[in-house]
Amino acid sequence: MASKFLVSNRTGWLMAGPSILLIAGFIVLPFLFAILFSFTNQRLVSPNAAEFVGFANYRQLLDVTTLTVEPERDASGAVVIEDGAPKYPSVRSLTRNNPDRPDLNGMREWFSFGHGDSRTYVLARDVVFMKALVNTFIFVLVVAPVQGGLALGLALLINQRLRGINVFRTIYFMPVVVSIVVVSLLWRFIYDGQSGLLNNLLGALSFGAIPKVDWLGNPSTALGAIIAMSIWQAVGFHMVIWLSGLQTISPTLYEAGAIEGASKWQTFRYITWPGLRNTAVLVLIVITMQAFALFAQIDVMTGGGPLDSTQTIVFQAVERGYGKQDISGGSTISVVLFVIVLSISLIQRWLTREKS
Amino acid sequence: MAQISADNRGLRLATRYVVLGLIAVIFIFPLVFMLMSSLKPDQQLLEDTASLRAFLPVGDVSLDNYFAAFKRAPVGLFILNSVIVTGVTVALSLLACSAAAFAFVFVEWKGRNLMLSLILATLIVPFETIAIPLLLVASKLPWIGVEGVTWGWLNSYRVQIVPFIADGLTIFLFVQYFKDLPGELIEAARVEGASWGQIYRRIVMPLSGPVLATAAILKFLVMYNQYLWPLMVTQEEGYRPVMVGLQYFFQLNRAWGEIMAYLSLITLPVLAFYLYLQKAFIASIASTGVKG
Repeated sequence: MASKFLVSNRTGWLMAGPSILLIAGFIVLPFLFAILFSFTNQRLVSPNAAEFVGFANYRQLLDVTTLTVEPERDASGAVVIEDGAPKYPSVRSLTRNNPDRPDLNGMREWFSFGHGDSRTYVLARDVVFMKALVNTFIFVLVVAPVQGGLALGLALLINQRLRGINVFRTIYFMPVVVSIVVVSLLWRFIYDGQSGLLNNLLGALSFGAIPKVDWLGNPSTALGAIIAMSIWQAVGFHMVIWLSGLQTISPTLYEAGAIEGASKWQTFRYITWPGLRNTAVLVLIVITMQAFALFAQIDVMTGGGPLDSTQTIVFQAVERGYGKQDISGGSTISVVLFVIVLSISLIQRWLTREKS
Repeated sequence: MAQISADNRGLRLATRYVVLGLIAVIFIFPLVFMLMSSLKPDQQLLEDTASLRAFLPVGDVSLDNYFAAFKRAPVGLFILNSVIVTGVTVALSLLACSAAAFAFVFVEWKGRNLMLSLILATLIVPFETIAIPLLLVASKLPWIGVEGVTWGWLNSYRVQIVPFIADGLTIFLFVQYFKDLPGELIEAARVEGASWGQIYRRIVMPLSGPVLATAAILKFLVMYNQYLWPLMVTQEEGYRPVMVGLQYFFQLNRAWGEIMAYLSLITLPVLAFYLYLQKAFIASIASTGVKG
């Protein structure tokens, strides 16, 4: 339709201009700034001009190393046993002012494991960020398959002809329109260790056999509790995307399957699932991107605690960039997050590409 | 024989409804609990969590918590702020994004393909990764007011509105929809001598009801439920929207009945809106997925 009646540079720029300017100013520019700031020591409010610091922020954030130590030995050369286990020199004595390893200065123990007589310490310059990184990955690795799978199950369940099925569809989607902040506060009460609904429910179902748990106050259950709530809140969203994918599959394929006498499983395996390939990629990418952005639940429910068990990447970015007004530190975390999200969506696209 | 198979069918149907119903309970019980708790005094609220009474409007039921919430914090102001920010952003977003999509689909101009690709590329940038540098940008932006130029956009409506007017997803939705409109119609109108503005106002927009609803609903959900950005840019009470106001409200008071009243107050209008327009809500989420 290349007609001279449709050519108008002036109109084009005039009508698209406002959006282009706004996106350039409030998405592209900050994005480029994030990269720029991550190489400087920019702060939100500072009397001094920002300086270029190279990769120092990244080193500060991501530096990890291992240190293997032998147990202490007494004069005769036997291993010193303390409390039934070999005694090792304290990590602090090795990382602080250690003339042999100046590179370890300021690093802290992240975790350690023993093998044979010796013990290996994994040291990180920023242990809290390492925990945030691991927690975020755990969150994504659990939420993506579980939420995606449950959403598909729900979509198949409500994709049947049944009187009143719309009522169920409406209810399953309901938590999606409720703000995650509202949901987080509400579940904070449900998870409460004393008068929480969940403890009372479990107690009643087991006739008091299940003891009360302070779900959000216990490092071993806090992240799991947040994962369960997050899945509950958002599963309806992905159910609807699956449902729209299901409805693009031609009914004639199902008729053909029925004539061939395909079982329910065969119908799903050979008709439904192949027809959902593009939807599957989309759902996975959207869930992954949303899961990496985990913030509001943490801020409202735990503040990263207890014992850093619910720290996340975005929570750390906000705590540094906003809380401590350390724009360069927050920006560095943002860039790391972007690189992770981008790599994962590229990997997902590649794994689920059309195989010809 | 026939009798048995009919019974079987009835049983299967009943099983299906039981499964669907149990799942529905899982999705709805926290919301029912929230509404019921908002009507009860604290003492009773805590006692009721031990039984099914938690989900029933029984005992000492009143609207006292709602009045108390309004007394404790400027809840009315928070709601007004949210309504202003959400309403203005949605309206401006529909205008700017539809105009841009119009230019991308119907008008031929130098640079349009490059600009469209750049805008669609921003879809892969999560907002969370630009929030921190955006905070610095916003804090340095000049504003020309009555007293002259002032620096810093923090604590204002504009800092919550302007950055969210244009976004890749909304433009993408409009572009997809406009592509399906008959291009000959536009060309014919041009030949007849209609101006671009007339075509946009009189031909394209009147045909765009469904995509306007879709874009409006998605933008509304994002804006009304926003938390991270307003948390960073509204340190003063005066411009705080409901979600950030809620967090402060929670910090200054642990009366659960009042909190439940606040939660219900900011959730009920959205739920009512959703129940009224649920087909449109579900269609708008679905349409983000169909062509992705």
